[in-house]
Amino acid sequence: MSYIKKPAARHPSLQPNKLGLTVRDYEGSMSTLCAGCGHDSVTAAIVKAFYELDTPPHMVAKLSGIGCSSKTPTYFLSGAHGFNSAHGRMPAIATGAAAANRELTCIGVSGDGDSLSIGLGQMCHAIRRNVNMLYVIENNGVYGLTKGQFSASADIGSKSKRGEPNTQAPIDPVMLGLSLGATFVARSFSGDKADLVPILKAGIRHRGFALVDVISPCVTFNDHEGSTKSYLYTRQHQVQVVEADFVPPASEITASVAAGGATQVTMHDGSILSLRKVASDYDPTDRQAVWSYLYERQRSGEVPVGLLFVDERGVEMHAASKTVDVPLSKLPFEELCPGRAALDALQDTYR
Amino acid sequence: MQREVNGSRVNDFAFKLANVNGTGSASANGLLMQAIFRMGIPVSGKNLFPSNIQGLPTWYEIRVNRDGHTARTSEYDLMVAMNAETYARDVREVRSGGWLLYDSTWPLNPALARPDVTFLGVPYAQLCNEIFADARERTLMKNIAYAGTLAALLDIDMDVVQGMLKEKFARKPALMDSNRKAIELGFAYAKEHFECPLPVRLQKMNANDRSILIDGNTATALGCLYAGATVAAWYPITPSTSVLDSFTSLCAKYRTDQETGKRRYCILQAEDELAAIGMVIGAAWNGARAFTSTAGPGISLMNELVGLAYYAEIPVVIVDVQRVGPSTGMPTRTQQGDILSCAYASHGDTKHILLFPANPAECFTFATKAFDLAERFQTPVFLVTDLDIGMNDWVVPRLEWDDAYRPDRGRVLSREELESMPKFTRYSPEDELGVAARTLPGVHAKGAFFTRGSGHNKLGGYTEIPDEYQEVMDRLARKHRAARALVPPAVVERRSGATIGVVTVGGCDLAVREALEELERRGTRADYLRVRGFPFGDDVEDFLATHETVYVVEQNRDAQLRSLLALETSAPKEKLRSVRAYGGFPLQAAQVVQGIERASATAYPATKEDRS
Repeated sequence: MSYIKKPAARHPSLQPNKLGLTVRDYEGSMSTLCAGCGHDSVTAAIVKAFYELDTPPHMVAKLSGIGCSSKTPTYFLSGAHGFNSAHGRMPAIATGAAAANRELTCIGVSGDGDSLSIGLGQMCHAIRRNVNMLYVIENNGVYGLTKGQFSASADIGSKSKRGEPNTQAPIDPVMLGLSLGATFVARSFSGDKADLVPILKAGIRHRGFALVDVISPCVTFNDHEGSTKSYLYTRQHQVQVVEADFVPPASEITASVAAGGATQVTMHDGSILSLRKVASDYDPTDRQAVWSYLYERQRSGEVPVGLLFVDERGVEMHAASKTVDVPLSKLPFEELCPGRAALDALQDTYR
Repeated sequence: MQREVNGSRVNDFAFKLANVNGTGSASANGLLMQAIFRMGIPVSGKNLFPSNIQGLPTWYEIRVNRDGHTARTSEYDLMVAMNAETYARDVREVRSGGWLLYDSTWPLNPALARPDVTFLGVPYAQLCNEIFADARERTLMKNIAYAGTLAALLDIDMDVVQGMLKEKFARKPALMDSNRKAIELGFAYAKEHFECPLPVRLQKMNANDRSILIDGNTATALGCLYAGATVAAWYPITPSTSVLDSFTSLCAKYRTDQETGKRRYCILQAEDELAAIGMVIGAAWNGARAFTSTAGPGISLMNELVGLAYYAEIPVVIVDVQRVGPSTGMPTRTQQGDILSCAYASHGDTKHILLFPANPAECFTFATKAFDLAERFQTPVFLVTDLDIGMNDWVVPRLEWDDAYRPDRGRVLSREELESMPKFTRYSPEDELGVAARTLPGVHAKGAFFTRGSGHNKLGGYTEIPDEYQEVMDRLARKHRAARALVPPAVVERRSGATIGVVTVGGCDLAVREALEELERRGTRADYLRVRGFPFGDDVEDFLATHETVYVVEQNRDAQLRSLLALETSAPKEKLRSVRAYGGFPLQAAQVVQGIERASATAYPATKEDRS
């Protein structure tokens, strides 16, 4: 949003985490996205999540594809290795990265064009493979860098800036993830950091593929009246169904269920947030029940948010591949090459 | 090629076996090939199979040649016609004066008779029905029975055959018994009814004492194993699937922890080739030696990310087992049609390092070399082989391995080096090869940087400034040029008094060298060069410069090697004459001789193809 460099000075009130790093150490370079872009809020939440988890930045691999969302890894964790790859191909590259070094924390940042159109296949298969990574979709229903075409997550009837309605059915990453066996599925709103940070923390710590769909409005091309991915629309329609509560340092992820009736909250910009509290028997570990619940709620026009589904029993890629505990990239050559005697013995069978 | 047609010929003939796909003929044919190999005679087997699992015609050709000329030949002395559907064609293909063995359970159509061919009928179906009860066994054992007949007709050492059966069925006595019965049945019938052996026959030699029988895909997998590759990602595709099949079984054998059962490797069957190359890039970025294996259609799909690996300078190894294109083409046939698409894979200015093995032995050494070059130059390296090399069994010298070998990981900064550096920048400073040091994620905070396929400057930062962009692109070009000294040198064989040069690549090797002997007999002496790497080295440049006319022999329609030579050397393209065969079967010496003679009889640019 601005090309003015931030001053390096640290405010004395900045609290160091267990590594002695302040939240500033988890930031990246200055964002070049439009002022007010939802993605910048997601970036801030990612910064906070890693800071609060005391993660050494250089032990993080941050990957992305192409698009506005995919630019954001530059804006957080400048001490982490980054890979801004090709459009829709980040899931495969993250899969390979995770395969080579299981000690790194992988975070992939993608968008609705990157993940639901050109990279739909790769995202689906990364979910099926249960790659151990946090996968954030910054979902705004529109192509920003190419100036406002509908993406695959645009709702039927949602209007473009020029006023044309979308006619094609949307691909919903949450429902898709559930149907593909994703072991961690959340939806949040970029305007709601209090909800997003604990979800991200839980997703980072989840063993396996953590899918976080963040409604992240595009202020330039999709924040107008008639859009179903605008700030206003999302605030009016999002419904918190499960609040995630993440307790550091390590162990338990608890998903607590909010109980009670509907509540209306007036937000700082004056919009109304309608919170419909769910039935007390909502079980975020019951895939089928979650699917049915979301299907019903979404049909009635609501946007359920929160940590919607989690299954810690899933078998992640390394477990399924039975790989050794040491990262493959760190195995000494002597443990990889069978040597001359073995080759000679083997060749005796090639006769 | 030039041989006595009548009279006795020992260890110099070819025969072809016509079968139905899925009937178990592969084991019988493999058995014959292996038996001849064990008799110490130079031999080759070419499996000419359909893109089908069961029911379509399939052929297997075996050529024995005491002088080591084991390129494919279509001059068959003997045809084993076990597929009624292809009788007409099979009968037609036997050379005049040759023999045809067929199942005489049913009478042969008299219209197919040829007075110049000796028909040998054995009632295999009838005999097998008498001995074996099970229907499937009857079908399978018919094949083993004709192997027995061939043992008698060609003088295959029965001790060798019995020994092989013993090894093969050591743990399956019932199968052992059936196979032995079938072999003996076919053998005894031939001894009783025909004059054995035929004038074309085998005699023990000791040419194979230090040789093995191996297909190129297995050898490639072995090379990847020995190079220390730990991540492989792939999508199944003929004819490269067996690279990963072999790699999987080799890793299971040599890379499984004895105590825990855990694996020191990770093989990912991707959803497509786009993902396969992506996974390899991710793994290589993170410090593992990683590769993928594919064929032409996969190369097409990988083009996008090959450019990313090239521009972001990530070392990946891509095995391309070429098959016949374009499009789906003929998946089970061989060709060298991906030379140009590999050399310049991806959009924008991209150029890659290619290695061209000619046989399984080179597949092994070049596969290992591919990883060293990829990491030394931080770039994609293609191992360009083909279906003939990859899927057929070849007799090659035993593979050698030096236990002193250690991988060349190229310029990778260690934790200590990073610690002592004031600041790390990714794409400078460069060394004499044009390569800058890289860092691996997770090693040190100072090594962190942003890898990107978008425009970047020599520091690794994003750029859209022309000079900064060009500076990096120019270094990449220098890097590619520097690789010319490190790819495997060309094989050059000079003849005194040579008047022409012949250049070829990969699996054309045997056919071309056989052809040059024939040309010499016909009065033309030629120097020989086989390209083994791209960028072309000085040896290639010198060879082209010192010959007035150079015939470029290859297996594709558009003379891709010739085009690459014209583009990437200083040789004027007028002196490069093209000789091509690209129908999908392995190259024959006769095609090369004919092609060179035809091309030399016409002035440049007399043919449309040469003008291209």
